Amino acid sequence: MMRFLLRRLGHAAFLLLGVSVLAFAFSTLAPGNYFDEMRLNPQISAERLSALRAKYQVDRPVAVRYERWAVALLHGDLGFSFAYNTPVAPLLWTRARNTLLLTGTATLLVWMLALPLGVWSAERLGRPVDVALSWATAVLLIVPDLALALGLLVLAVRSGWLPTGGMVSVGFEGFSLGQKIRDLALHMVLPVTVLVASALPVLLRHVRAAVAEALEASFLRAAEGHGIPRWRLLYRYALPAAAHPLIALFGFSLGALLSGSLLVEVVMSWPGLGPFLLEAILARDLYVVIGGVLLSTLFLVAGNFAADLLLYWADPRIRAGAPER
Amino acid sequence: MSARSRLVICAAVLGALHVAVACAGFLAPYDPTAQDREHPYAPPMRLHFVDTRGGVHLRPFAYAQGLRAGSFDEYEENVARAIPVRFFVSGAPYRVLGVLALRLHLFGGDAPVYLLGTDGYGRDLLSRMLFGGQVSLLAGLIGAGLTLSIGLCIGAAAGFWGGWKDEVLMRVAELFLALPWIYLLFAMRAFLPLAVPPVKAFLLVVVVIGAVGWARPARMVRGIVLSAKERNFVRAARGFGATGGYLLRRHILPETGNVVLTQAAVLVPQFVLAEMTLSFLGLGVPEPVPSWGNLLASLQHYNVLASYWWMYLPAFAMVPFFLGYLVLASLLQGSSRTPKIEEASNWV
Repeated sequence: MMRFLLRRLGHAAFLLLGVSVLAFAFSTLAPGNYFDEMRLNPQISAERLSALRAKYQVDRPVAVRYERWAVALLHGDLGFSFAYNTPVAPLLWTRARNTLLLTGTATLLVWMLALPLGVWSAERLGRPVDVALSWATAVLLIVPDLALALGLLVLAVRSGWLPTGGMVSVGFEGFSLGQKIRDLALHMVLPVTVLVASALPVLLRHVRAAVAEALEASFLRAAEGHGIPRWRLLYRYALPAAAHPLIALFGFSLGALLSGSLLVEVVMSWPGLGPFLLEAILARDLYVVIGGVLLSTLFLVAGNFAADLLLYWADPRIRAGAPER
Repeated sequence: MSARSRLVICAAVLGALHVAVACAGFLAPYDPTAQDREHPYAPPMRLHFVDTRGGVHLRPFAYAQGLRAGSFDEYEENVARAIPVRFFVSGAPYRVLGVLALRLHLFGGDAPVYLLGTDGYGRDLLSRMLFGGQVSLLAGLIGAGLTLSIGLCIGAAAGFWGGWKDEVLMRVAELFLALPWIYLLFAMRAFLPLAVPPVKAFLLVVVVIGAVGWARPARMVRGIVLSAKERNFVRAARGFGATGGYLLRRHILPETGNVVLTQAAVLVPQFVLAEMTLSFLGLGVPEPVPSWGNLLASLQHYNVLASYWWMYLPAFAMVPFFLGYLVLASLLQGSSRTPKIEEASNWV
């Protein structure tokens, strides 16, 4: 157990290190930085500019900057945002919270939909229900989330049923608690719908395939012959047997919590990490970009790690030290 | 129908769609950048066969649009002025595939006919959609080609030589796989120049897209090379003194053909989407060159979203293409019912 854990942890650390090096390497390729545009501003004197450049050390060699940044990171400091003139970490944190609210809800919904629908579909392989679901997933696969998000926005604007974009209405601060929750929920409907619609087809297909494969196993036929009720057979026998690929996918959806909704957030102007990062990219706010990328990588790595742990717990073959996968 | 004939039909349909986009100049009635200042945000024109007096015409016609009195963006049909649609007319010059200069268009009229309406500069949306397809599809195709070549080289090298080279290459591949690809796309684009002329921007986007996705095909190719090099005929060829390069070229790489084709069918729509995403966000191909992504960019403004619904129509352009590629990929993958996790993550 310890060796398995340690190897996985080492792997995760290596990945994070690699990503940070990669991000810094890209930054050296960048022509220009945040302060270049200030040169055009007649209100900022050359002395002030060079003082700023010296303060933020943008002219030092990249290796030096990386070392200083990495040391600061180990002390929990993600660096300083040029544009907001504050440390990066609190900025990222408020944005990440909004993103997590959105993606957490969507992920929960998607799994709650995919599991029963997938089992249902696998149980009736080739029957009308299964065929209809397969067509529905194919349609959802073809329509990209960008088109879906914009389409829903057009519908929402024309019908006026739902708020279009943003997270809260004007005057949110003055609302009572019930009103606040209602307002927030209404604003979440559209982005969550898009996120669910884009993640559902993939999940549904995997659940269906995995359960259908498990249902063919002879131990299930034996259980059926013993007169075990159909419902119990499906959810207590077949689903655990089909769990292996699903757990890996679950790790995936955990890992995508911070990065999966980027585009949807921008389209629906949800104040999450997505628009924030895009803005930082356009402004060349270096440490915000690197911090954001690193944070979402951290989530991905953590998601994979969680999946590994779950697999270790759920799959006796791995515990027995059999070769992985 | 046999699997093979289905594959042929699917490929033929997909090919026809691509040819249609390649001949955008012929199908599109106007130049995609030509502005009509008299008709900004004109709604799609309706084609009629029956005139106001009940007379039926074989040749479809549209009514000219004029601004409604007292408004600045609402049009109404001027039933006194019918514009008959003429076919195979001479119009704005264009080039097919960048070489063949022509003036022939499928249809046109004596006055402008906007079947899908116009954008804020009075540019014909149908023409922009067709020409935008050229940019987006080309970006997807070249990007996929680039990614697959990188993936093939790295995968083959890792699988064939093995040892520490394999170890290093696969660790780097894992690094690329671990990053969320849209972030990777952003991060790479972030640190490249922002304001560049269209052609350079296009190349930049293609290279960025192509450089991001190589890890997955590389891992698949590596797996096949690993098993192929232990096959008996390969060992025999080695025993006869074949060099490494010859073995790879003649015996091992042909084995990867199927995987590479399947990956291509998966990657092209994904990369078209990547181009669309970048251009939509203003990081990709800039105006006035149309692409499927930047055609949708105006929808980021609330007033466009609320008042000019036809600006959303370009979003439907990629649907037949994506459908074609999805079917193609599943046909190429064969009858295996179990989707692989590896492939799933392409779509997540």
